[in-house]
Amino acid sequence: MLGSRLFRVNQPLYRSLSWADVLVLIGIAALLYAALRLAVDAPMALSAPTIDLSLRSLPLYTGLSLMRMVAAYFLSLVFSIVYGRAAAYNRQAEQVLLPVLDVLQSVPILSFLPAVLLGLSAILPQRLAVELSSIVLIFTSQVWNLTFAWYQSLTTIPKELHEVSACFGFNSWLRFTRLELPFAAIGLIWNSMMSWAGGWFFLMAAEMFTVGQRNFRLPGLGAYLQEAANQGNLWALGWGIFALLLLIVVLDQLIWRPFLVWSERFKLQMVPQDNPPTSWFYDLLRSAQLVTWLNVHVVRPFGEAVDSFLLRKSLVHGRVAAPQQSRVSVGRILLVLLVLGLVYGLLRAAQMLSAVPPAQWGDIALGIGLTLLRVMGALAIALSWTIPLGVVIGTNPQLARWLQPLVQVAASVPATALFPAALLVLLRLPGGLHLAAVVLMLMGTQWYLLFNVIAGASTIPQDLKYTTALLQMSRWRRWRTLILPSVFPFVITGAITASGGAWNASIVAEHVEFAGEAHSVFGIGALIAKATAIGDYPLLLAATLAMVLTVVLINRLVWRRLYHVAEQRYRME
Amino acid sequence: MHHNGVLLEIRHVSQVFYSGSKRFEAIHDVNLAVREGEFTALLGPSGCGKSTLLRIITGLQSPTEGQVFYRGVPQQGVNPHATIVFQTFALFPWLTVLENVEVALEARVVPKKLRTARALDLLDRVGLDGFENAYPRELSGGMRQKVGFARAMAVEPELLCLDEPFSALDVLSAEGLRGELLELWTGNKIPTRAILMVTHNIEEAVLMADRIVVMDRNPGRVVFDLDVDLPHPRSQRDRQFMELVDRVYAILTGQTESEEVELGSAPGEPGRTRALPSISITDLAGLLEKLNEAPQNSTDIYRLSQDLKVDSNHLLQLIEAGELLGFATVAQGDISLTPLGETFAEASILARKEIFATRLRRLPLFKWLMTMLRAADKQRLELDVIQTALELEFPVEEARRQAETVVSWGRYAELLSYDDDSGMISLEPEQVETMRVSL
Repeated sequence: MLGSRLFRVNQPLYRSLSWADVLVLIGIAALLYAALRLAVDAPMALSAPTIDLSLRSLPLYTGLSLMRMVAAYFLSLVFSIVYGRAAAYNRQAEQVLLPVLDVLQSVPILSFLPAVLLGLSAILPQRLAVELSSIVLIFTSQVWNLTFAWYQSLTTIPKELHEVSACFGFNSWLRFTRLELPFAAIGLIWNSMMSWAGGWFFLMAAEMFTVGQRNFRLPGLGAYLQEAANQGNLWALGWGIFALLLLIVVLDQLIWRPFLVWSERFKLQMVPQDNPPTSWFYDLLRSAQLVTWLNVHVVRPFGEAVDSFLLRKSLVHGRVAAPQQSRVSVGRILLVLLVLGLVYGLLRAAQMLSAVPPAQWGDIALGIGLTLLRVMGALAIALSWTIPLGVVIGTNPQLARWLQPLVQVAASVPATALFPAALLVLLRLPGGLHLAAVVLMLMGTQWYLLFNVIAGASTIPQDLKYTTALLQMSRWRRWRTLILPSVFPFVITGAITASGGAWNASIVAEHVEFAGEAHSVFGIGALIAKATAIGDYPLLLAATLAMVLTVVLINRLVWRRLYHVAEQRYRME
Repeated sequence: MHHNGVLLEIRHVSQVFYSGSKRFEAIHDVNLAVREGEFTALLGPSGCGKSTLLRIITGLQSPTEGQVFYRGVPQQGVNPHATIVFQTFALFPWLTVLENVEVALEARVVPKKLRTARALDLLDRVGLDGFENAYPRELSGGMRQKVGFARAMAVEPELLCLDEPFSALDVLSAEGLRGELLELWTGNKIPTRAILMVTHNIEEAVLMADRIVVMDRNPGRVVFDLDVDLPHPRSQRDRQFMELVDRVYAILTGQTESEEVELGSAPGEPGRTRALPSISITDLAGLLEKLNEAPQNSTDIYRLSQDLKVDSNHLLQLIEAGELLGFATVAQGDISLTPLGETFAEASILARKEIFATRLRRLPLFKWLMTMLRAADKQRLELDVIQTALELEFPVEEARRQAETVVSWGRYAELLSYDDDSGMISLEPEQVETMRVSL
């Protein structure tokens, strides 16, 4: 059951396309326009630090990247908690915030990249702006699923627990620490792991980027990998990938696994689980005298002091009633300003879009069609091998115990880092980048599917397996009547995430630069990447919006229906 | 004191909720006063709004109309002098037993040392010493509810509200825990001034309470207020005790009315549409068979509940179904089989289905449904359509339950079939034939 949590898609699937979605799309168009507008005015010349490919600088670069990731992660956490609470506890806010979140997670992050980077550098000192925008970009690749997980936890807290909290007069601090946080803990930890994987995926793009003549780069592991690929320096590329893998494994072993084991206590089930996760590091920490001493004499008293301070603090705040009247009017004014801003932004965005010649709209349509074919191809290939393998692993607990952690680590290895190495081989094969693009999409998305199939297969009840054996069903019949229906909901869940990832990856997969040469195939991803590189902002805006629209429509019209059917008919519960 | 020992009083409390343009009254004009030293039981069938009333009393929910007074003072928000023990225990699974009790004191900013001491003392009193550091999942249901009681008592509530606290426990634990609570209460070992317990278990109410307030549904209202003057400890074998239980059963089951009143009217027509009790036909058949074995096919309802070992709520629903279908009649706490019921009990599986189908065709709800289906294209309709139509008569949840019951009864009677994939409900082919012939 490990996997089902990790890659559960946290979408409010009961909603259908609504007016709110349209508003959100308009809002995003306006925002994109605003950022691009700033980008146009950005200073032209930028000095970029050169990336040193010697092994000596690798530890420093790795450290810098890690720090960016940590900063972006905490930013994501804070954002999620605030946003999720607002959406969960305020009916009116919910109606706007949820569609916003839903659409934002379908926006290809890489489209925002030049906008955020150039927009920030127009208003902040150069170095700070570049550093900050890098963190913001990593943040955008980490935050959405965390926010969804937190929001969903908040909305599924049992009613009696809320009532108990109200009955005993919990203030907001106590409610947060004793009810909400523990209830959401497991989901938050699994989703944090997923967020980190997402962050690694876009690290290279977030640390090194060329827009028109402007070349931005930050010292870091991502830039190192990119530079090594650009120069065709295989030796450096190998070491960079090794450093990244090492970091991922270390984080998994020293941070995430111990957290997972620790979070077992937050399980809501009242029955003990048969197969809890284990962590050697957690056991080590618990048995170490020094750690115990520190815990008892430093950590716990400190925690209690903070706790009781905040308890009193929020108690006082709780008593002071906010003046309702003035709040409403301020809110109204802000709302009016926001609407005006959006309308203005929309008009200007429309103006920018009108600058796109009809021929380019044709290209965009064709590009979407071609990319759609590649996405489907990648999904089909992924399904064809993950289902058989996943079922084998999932129905065999012994095997699952060994392979699960491996698959978990493999899934968090960013495909982008492996792209250059894969390209080396793929570009020489017949089909060139046409084949390579599909394989590159596949590399980023297949894990979601494998994970979910494993999780699905492990839920097949033993009784049903015995029954099919007793009925002496043939292998094919067994698959049709038992296995495929059981894993179907999980396959759909995995496929939703995988197809979203594939669309997003098309930007890096359809247009690649390797050893100083640009390779490109026709597709929406390539259009976006090229528009970014040559600074054609109207085309970038048009292509991005077209892609967002396509992804949202496919999600709503295809995946959501399938998901609904799967949940209704095939979920074993 | 000017409120004459009245701890809590609710005046003209109504709870209305809306679904679409339709208005449903969950609670209608309830007045109730709870005096100090009183153990009151709120008794009634499911859906009579007794749990909602408890939430209104504690301030977790504010009523649509009416007011709650505590010691004569009108209440707003959660009442700090009251607390609830929940049916589902509502313990925090991630906190230990001790922490679960302490958290209640933390909310009142009791210093750490004091709150630990107090929590330990309470756990000791409910017999949980040694389990302080256990997590709720390690405990049995009965022990979990003890933690629930300890937590509630930690804040020394003047008014202790119990929301079916024993109904999720097995028989033995429930029995034990009831005794322990009574011991604390009658022995004045807790500072609680009054207890208000919601239950649907008649014996439990008579065993524990000084006063039983009986509620009924559609809309939820108080129909009877009865004092229990038996001394503690009470024995279930005591004649007076049994008489009292019998009386409460009689109040709750009422008397079988004329067929017209029993059946009610069809949805959309004037008058009240009778809600079908959501029971399984197998259970109903079991009840009828049991009655068929009784002398003169008649028995005391209280005795029946003991023989069948079902909880009173379930039994009342089965009896209601028996009355509705004309298989049994109820008068003065006794239930008797009708000749039709007797035939049913003795019939073969197929014959039972036929009898059942004949009876269903008489129910206005089914008549209405069959007419609609016959008029429909291919004699089928989406269940959602039926449910939406039922929502004109019932609240959304109840409409859903009614639609489910209709499907389940209709399938048993082989009047209807239902396809879960398409969500379509349709007439069985035979029924369509019957229609052609009659045309």
